[in-house]
Formats: sequence, structure tokens, C-alpha cells
Amino acid sequence: MSDLLGVPLPVLWGQVLIGLINGSFYAVLSLGLALIFGLLNIINFTHGAFYMLGAFVSWWLLRILGIGYWPALILAPLAVGLFGIVLERLLLKPLYKLDHLYGLLLTFGLALILEGALRQGYGVSGLPYAIPPSLQGAWNLGFMFLPVYRGWVVLASAVVCLVVWLLIEKTRAGAVMRAATENPTLVKAFGINVPLLVTATYGLGAALAAFAGVLAAPIYSVNPLMGSNLIIVVFAVVVIGGMGSILGAVLTGFALGVIEGLTKVVYPEASATVVFVIMALVLLVKPAGLFGRTR
Amino acid sequence: MAVTRSLLPWLALGLALIVAPFFVYPVFLMKVLCFALFACAFNLLLGYVGLLSFGHAAFFGFAAYVSAHALKVWELGPLQAVALGTLTAGVLGLGFGWLAIRRQGIYFAMVTLALAQMIYFLCLQAAFTHGEDGIQAVPRPPVFGLIDVSDPGRLYWLVLALTVLGFLVIARAIHSPFGQVLTAIRENEPRAISLGYDVDRYKLVAFVLSAALAGFAGAIKVMVFQLASLTDVHWHMSGEVVLMTLIGGVGTLAGPLVGAAVVVGIQNVFASFGAWVTIIQGVIFVACVLLFRRGIMGEIAAWRQRKPPDAPGE
Repeated sequence: MSDLLGVPLPVLWGQVLIGLINGSFYAVLSLGLALIFGLLNIINFTHGAFYMLGAFVSWWLLRILGIGYWPALILAPLAVGLFGIVLERLLLKPLYKLDHLYGLLLTFGLALILEGALRQGYGVSGLPYAIPPSLQGAWNLGFMFLPVYRGWVVLASAVVCLVVWLLIEKTRAGAVMRAATENPTLVKAFGINVPLLVTATYGLGAALAAFAGVLAAPIYSVNPLMGSNLIIVVFAVVVIGGMGSILGAVLTGFALGVIEGLTKVVYPEASATVVFVIMALVLLVKPAGLFGRTR
Repeated sequence: MAVTRSLLPWLALGLALIVAPFFVYPVFLMKVLCFALFACAFNLLLGYVGLLSFGHAAFFGFAAYVSAHALKVWELGPLQAVALGTLTAGVLGLGFGWLAIRRQGIYFAMVTLALAQMIYFLCLQAAFTHGEDGIQAVPRPPVFGLIDVSDPGRLYWLVLALTVLGFLVIARAIHSPFGQVLTAIRENEPRAISLGYDVDRYKLVAFVLSAALAGFAGAIKVMVFQLASLTDVHWHMSGEVVLMTLIGGVGTLAGPLVGAAVVVGIQNVFASFGAWVTIIQGVIFVACVLLFRRGIMGEIAAWRQRKPPDAPGE
């Protein structure tokens, strides 16, 4: 009754929950990456740094201006999104006509600068960010205790993913965007400002990463290196999901988080590598990714 | 006549490397040599096949662990340990390459990066790597039990000989018919396919060669620093080797040498300034990509030929 395959159920549910939370971050981050890749054809290596910046901005807002969690949830993504827009206009724009590899290298350099700067300022020990009072405590679900904040992270991420998906699949702006990924020249001929669309997309992607960062701040300590290790897993998620699909990015993100959590119960040593093993297996069977189109 | 003229700079470089340890700290020189070889191995892929691997630290670092273990626990001689590390990296490269060449361009970069991260976690958890501590105090036994290489001044000659050997292998590969096919694949893959070349096989062979040579460099590094650690397998190391190649000049034979010297030099100068090293590396990365994509040697070559500047690798 109280255990499955020798694993106590509360432990199992606990790991599934932790997996769902990690999966939320994977989903939101890979969604942003997929959006940026779709329009800019750039693998945004700075994505991890944007996530880290989101957490730092919310910490600064609290520490310097006394602005709490709820406003930060809006303000931090806005600030980081604007920052992303500036970067795109100044640095990425000149690279579009070149090989996509240069975009990857440039964003890698930017990530080094951002991480290095914050590490120079704050070290690597990590800064605490308290859970907002309204989200403290835990619900008793009968079979386990669910910390309110963790439930909120999963819910908020799922809602944001759903909203972005609806925006892209169901609105006119989304239709234009999808068209622009297919054929930018034609869309331009219809009088649509494609460069502006590209800039806005990059800003949106950065804002999504920062949103994940704000959500993460109370769970993990705010740390200059928090994005750099996460981003590699997100890259693997993106390869598994297939870059062509927004839905693929989101579903794969959540699913891999849960798989990772379950692995931690069964065979803890493998939990950090399971995503990469799955990636290798998927590449063997479906090189384009689970939801991807062959390019 | 043209051949002798093009060989002249190399002879000068060789001479400089022979007299250098009398003027410069040998450990610094050996560090530059190791990373130069690593960067050359990486450049073999990026510069001559057009494949950006973001996971080369896996070969460099894992070979370092294997050689360190062979020297310390199995008590092998230096050359045997280096050979074992090189072989291991080659086998690893075969597996990675086989998986990664299924995807192209940026995907290839991401796949190599993710696979390398697997090796990172393996090295973090495996018993023989000693986790966070790494393998420390690796001995420097005599070569074949005869030639003493225990002090840096003597070790330098061994390291120089090995890196020159590695470099000659790369130069030979590039200037062979095999290298010509690789360049053809970089320039126009569909055309190479239509000419009847088994492109994937060529790519895989190049990948294995590059991985083995990266491992060769990692194994030599163990002899120099008597240490194999997580830094060697971390993905930042993969980024560093990209930076060296980019600064020196992608697709030039001498570029990675220059790039390695510049990056190692910067690291030494700024070593006491903490995270500033990372920031400066990032700034150089951005500057290279935006301003001089041909790198130092590429810009020099272009300046000498007085060609109008245009962007490489489109």
C-alpha cells in the first residue's frame, strides 16, 4: 500500500514533484530557446544567463528597492526582456547574414561576460531569497504534503507555456511569426516589419528565461552559475523534443524533469545523466527529435 | 623555392621553441604547447570539415584522467600512459562522432556539448577520478625506465617532442588527399556527396582523429601539471578551445598555436583577478565574432594578400 517496488510512496511522490518543478524550468527555458531559434536561427547560449539575471534582478529589487516577489514576477522579465532587445539590436543583428555558428559563439561570449561580472560582484556562494508569505506552508493532499510554493511554480510555468502556445498558434501575431520563420522575405513583402518581429521575439525569449529565474529564486539560492549548468540540460531537452515544435519543447521539458526525478528514486547516480542518455537514444532512432521536422 | 619560403616561419618557430626554455618559465611554455595541440586538434574539425564541436573537453579531460590513473595506480611509463589516454579518447570520439554526425550545424554543436556533459557527470561520480579532488600528485616516471623527466626543464623536451609529433600528424592529415576531401565537404557538402564520397565516413574519421589528438594533448597536460581534475572536462574548457581557435584564426595551420599562446598568456596575467579572466575571455569572444572573424593569423594572411575583406564561412 505505502510503497511501490520497495520505494515508499511519499518519497516517490516527492521526487515526482521535484521532477515536475525541474521540468517546469526546462519547459519554460526550452520554449524560449525554441522561439528564438525559430526566428533568429540562433542557439541562444545567453539563455542560461538570462535565467540567472531574472533571479538576480528580483533579488536586487527586494534588496535595493524593497520591491517584493509579486511585482518582481512582472518587473524582472520586463527588465531582462528589454536588455535582450538591446543586445539583439546592437550585437546579434550584424550576424544574421553569416553562418549560424557565429550567433552561437557570440551568445556564448555574452554568457561568459554576464556570469563573470556577477561572479566578480557576488562570488559563487549564493544569496537567499525568501518564499513570499502568501505562498508559504504546505497542503495536505492525503498521500503527501505539497509545499504551496512548489505547486505554484508548476502551475505558473504550465500557464505561461499555455499562454505562449496559444499566442503563437491562435492569434494573428502568432500566425505572422510562424509565417516569418518559414519565409521571411515573403512576409516582408506583405509589409510586415520582420526585423521588429525578430527583436520582439528575442525579447520575449529573454523575458521567459527571466520569468523562470524569478520562479527559481526562492527554491535555489540566487547564484551567478545557476544558469550555466542548467542550460546544457535544456539544450539536450531541445534536441530530444525537436526544434521545429513549440509543443515539443514544452512537453519534453516537463516529461524529462519527471523522468529525472524518478531516476533519482531508482538509481540516484544516473539522475544527472539520464537526460543525456535519452538524448543519445532518441538520436539513434529519430535524429530530428521526437516532435521535430527534418531540416 | 616557394616550399622553402613557406617552411621558413616554421623553422623559425622551431628554433624559438628550442631556445625558449632558457628565457621563459618552462611550465608556462609547456602549458601553451598542450593547449596549442588541443586547439589544433579542435581546428581540424572546425577549420577543415566545418564541424563545430562544443564537447572537446570530454576527450581532453577524460584522456587526462585515464593517463593520470595509468601513471599513478598502474605505474605505467609516460609514453605508455599518453598512448593509453590517446586511445581512450579516440574510442570515445568514435562513439560521440557516430551519434553527432547525424545532425548538422548548430545541432551538431549542441549534441556534442550534451554528450560531453555525460562524461563530465561520469568523471564527477566515478571512483577512479576522485570526484572534486581529481587525481593529484601524478608521478613522472622515467621514459622507458631510462630517461629522467622528473623536473620541468627536462620534461620540456619530452613535451616539445610529443606536441611536435601531434602537430605533424595534423599537418600531414590536412595536406593529404584525405584532407582535400575534408575541405571539399566543408566547402560544399552536397557536391562532395554527388562526387561519390562517403561524406559521413570522412566526417567520422576526422572526428575520431580530432578526438584522439585532443586526448593526446590532455594526456600530455597531466605530465606537465601532475593533475587531472574536473576543470579539464567541464564545458567551459570546450569553450576555451573554441576561443583559442577563433582568436588565432579558424582553418589556418598556425592560428591555434597563436590563439593558445594568447589565451594562456591572458590567463596567466589575470590569474590573480578572479572572475575577470572569464569577463575578458567573453569580451574577446564577442570582439572576435563581431570584428575580426578571421582571427590573428587569418587577418595577417589577408593583409599580406591585400584582398578586400569579406566574411569567411558563409
